Amino acid sequence: MDLSQFYALREEISLVVALILLLVFDLAAGEKMRRHIPLAACLLMGLHTVVCALDFALCCGFCGFCGNGGCATLATRSAFADMYHVSPSGILFKNILNFGVWLICLQAAPFLKHREHANKVGEFYFLLFATLFGMYLMMSSGHFLLFFIGMETASIPMAVLVAFDKYDRLSAEAGAKYILSTAFASGLSLFGMSLVYGGVGSLYFSDLSQSEANPLLIGGMILLCSGLFFKISLVPYHLWTADVYEGAPTVVSTYLSVISKGAGVFALFLVLTRAFPFFIFSWKTVLYILILLSITVGNLFALRQKNMKRFLAFSSVSQAGYIVLGVFAASPNGLTALMYYVLVYILSNVAAFGVVQLVESHSGKREMSDYNGFYKTHPKLSFVMMLALFSLAGIPPFAGFFSKFFIFAATAESGAYVLLLVALLNTVISLYYYLLVIKAMFILPPAEPAADIPPFKSEAAPRLVLVICTLGIILSGLCSCLYALIHHTVGL
Amino acid sequence: MNFLSLFVLIPLLTLGGLFCLKSPKAIRLLCAAAGLLLLSLAIVTLCLFVQARQSGLSDTFLFRAECLWYAPWHISYSVGVDGISVLMLLLSSIIVLTGVFASWRIEPMPKEYFLWYFLLSSGVFGFFISLDLFSLFMFYEIALIPMFLLIGVWGSGNKERAAMKLTLMLMGGSALLLLGILGLYFFHGGESMNLLSMAERGMNIEAQRRFFPFVFVGFGVLGALFPFHTWSPDGHASAPTAVSMLHAGVLMKLGGYGCLRVAIFLMPQAATELSWIFLLLTGISVVYGAYSACVQTDLKYLNAYSSVSHCGLVLFALLMLNPTAMTGAVMQMLSHGLMTALFFALIGSIYGRTHTRDIGQMGGLMQAMPYLGVCYVIAGLASLGLPGLSGFVAEMNVFVGAFQESDLLRRILTIIACTSIVITAVYILRLVGRLLYGPLQNPSHSQLPDACWYERVATATLIAAIFIMGLMPHPVSDLIQESLTPIVASLGR
Repeated sequence: MDLSQFYALREEISLVVALILLLVFDLAAGEKMRRHIPLAACLLMGLHTVVCALDFALCCGFCGFCGNGGCATLATRSAFADMYHVSPSGILFKNILNFGVWLICLQAAPFLKHREHANKVGEFYFLLFATLFGMYLMMSSGHFLLFFIGMETASIPMAVLVAFDKYDRLSAEAGAKYILSTAFASGLSLFGMSLVYGGVGSLYFSDLSQSEANPLLIGGMILLCSGLFFKISLVPYHLWTADVYEGAPTVVSTYLSVISKGAGVFALFLVLTRAFPFFIFSWKTVLYILILLSITVGNLFALRQKNMKRFLAFSSVSQAGYIVLGVFAASPNGLTALMYYVLVYILSNVAAFGVVQLVESHSGKREMSDYNGFYKTHPKLSFVMMLALFSLAGIPPFAGFFSKFFIFAATAESGAYVLLLVALLNTVISLYYYLLVIKAMFILPPAEPAADIPPFKSEAAPRLVLVICTLGIILSGLCSCLYALIHHTVGL
Repeated sequence: MNFLSLFVLIPLLTLGGLFCLKSPKAIRLLCAAAGLLLLSLAIVTLCLFVQARQSGLSDTFLFRAECLWYAPWHISYSVGVDGISVLMLLLSSIIVLTGVFASWRIEPMPKEYFLWYFLLSSGVFGFFISLDLFSLFMFYEIALIPMFLLIGVWGSGNKERAAMKLTLMLMGGSALLLLGILGLYFFHGGESMNLLSMAERGMNIEAQRRFFPFVFVGFGVLGALFPFHTWSPDGHASAPTAVSMLHAGVLMKLGGYGCLRVAIFLMPQAATELSWIFLLLTGISVVYGAYSACVQTDLKYLNAYSSVSHCGLVLFALLMLNPTAMTGAVMQMLSHGLMTALFFALIGSIYGRTHTRDIGQMGGLMQAMPYLGVCYVIAGLASLGLPGLSGFVAEMNVFVGAFQESDLLRRILTIIACTSIVITAVYILRLVGRLLYGPLQNPSHSQLPDACWYERVATATLIAAIFIMGLMPHPVSDLIQESLTPIVASLGR
């Protein structure tokens, strides 16, 4: 056995090291040191992020990406007889996810300060890192076995996280809902894999990609992807979304809505383009229908939501539809737009959820009507919220406009103008409900004089997250270097 | 970096400055300074442009600069101006400046108000200098969205509903527009987003037919194209004074300018083929807007419907697709921008004193406020097209041009559209008679003060511009006509 193969897995190894260090710290730390677990976890995750980013930058020839092709070392890595297979874009996407998870680690710190969580802080971060590890495997598999292991590793700790507030009835219920539907989806996936195996006799992506389309394989493929559709929460696999987002701790909802979803879409792209390139017509048809449904149904349900988290949940269902447009386009431009969209979506949604979390933890208010007159008491927070919502709605000059434009351009490139028209008209519907929140914050007076959210001082960590997100939302669209980097990496 | 970018930079820097300032007085001064700077910049641009033309530079677009932005999609930030955009810049800067004066005493939260106000104007200026479809579209949307908060927070009446309606309808238009833009990009070979190089490449007629309606309707929504004009009365009526001025005066021109620059310029054959459908719609806009204005009892609604009618005339004239009518269309944009801004400024002043906009509750205001009254009469006369004022030259060109088209449909439509002149005279004269002359309806109105200095500055500037354009139309129309040459050439006329 060639040990150097492990070098190909260096992102995974770095994450596992971080994870083990965290466990050891949790075990070894005394009562006093345990207070610092969030700090330690954020540092470890930050370190992991930086290490991966540095590795990527070194491979990339240190930002010389636009000039001379200094990317000789940044190539597709495969190990263990192609069981593990990751492309440069996969590596870059891991970096994007790292960054998102780091933001969420920071955001979680004040939430874990509550006394009821004091004895399980270490577990929270451990589970968080473990799901990320699962997503890594999912995105870098060359074989459906590894893919399935990754998917399960990503889902099961997730269910625990959802039920983290175990004495809160809603959270426990959400956990049960999540684990049941996730188990069902995995079952579907496994069944699909067995059909595919029956048809081809191999589970390697490379073997599958040689096979011609036949009904058995198409059926298998659709079932197989169901697990991913569920993670991405495309309609009609979205039924768990609102309840789980509402019940889960807000940090976990954030994680579900950005990281889990982003990884799912990326894995979907890999599976469909690498394992089933000959089936492009059938999976495009399936995606066409799912995208239409997700965007429309997600939007229509979001219109009537009164609870902020349920509202963001349905908004994320429709956003998922937009992200999957990148898969539908099935081109390098589509993948680039998809990755960029996920990055921007992480920034915007983390900011929106961040404000919701701050309000919820300081005043216990969760309804949209509680936000009436929010600008009067919290001008800065409402400003951040407004930027985040504008970015989600795709209003220039914020990053969301650019990501939407690119994903639509990729769709137009593939020639699906009808789908594009529906998606575009849906952006108007989505703008309506985003504006409802902005209207509540800036225009409407509080329902009763004393009903507004009392002023509070937010903790340093979530404030840092909001600052980073705000800067990201404003700058990442206007300066094109991020997109150029992604474009370059995808082209390798 | 080219000096045209200053048009975007100055408003943005003003935004930055506003963030740091606290006292309302400093905020106002900063805004007025920025407005003056923009106006002088626009005048300088105009002078430089004319000078360059006289020295023999014959490129259609001057002062061009380009820097690549998103290479994979051939998006660049690309600026340049021709005669039409120079005039539009001048119009916008006049209205931005007078708008600042018209909202001199805005309450509450003057700082936030001016933040949105200048964000909006950066979008407007950016739109007029862009030559790249992507940045054009981006600036277009930047100009639309601040409207929501400007109307929602500082408006009056049923402001939330009006703000939502306006924003959603305009964004719906821009959704169609985006589809059109992507179609244009890919059917021009997907090699450039630059308007000029796209126009050189041309596009096949099938694709033109498919995407022309999207682009035209997309811009047309903002240009009050029937039946997508319904945002305009509610929006204008609820908006605060300066926002109505800017919106009716400049933003609605974005629609007409876009139709000309993108829809007709890039898809000339489709424009020729499909113009009859849109001519019908704009014909309805013109007449329907005028008739609706006749029955309004609210000053702002009256003016908003009159704007629908006048902006309908812009699109109507553009679709005649001949040089005279198109020149008239652009002049109508300028003239309508100036006079409608004047109207809204005056209505704002009157409303600020009488606290009512119901025509029935006012009368004989000329005794109390002679200055405002005279200005109102001038605005009204410009609106009904009195010779010597800007409205006359514009409408003259439009109808002379329209009569050159000899086919039956266009002839009939032109005759019908002509009747709008008469209807306009009816509602304007009736209004002036009732509001300014006639008996005093409310005794307390006789005590009202006349215009104060900032109102005088705002109205005097606009009136001066109306007179200049009315008395010296030649330089303006020459500038426009010469810039229309490539468009007319692409139309094959």
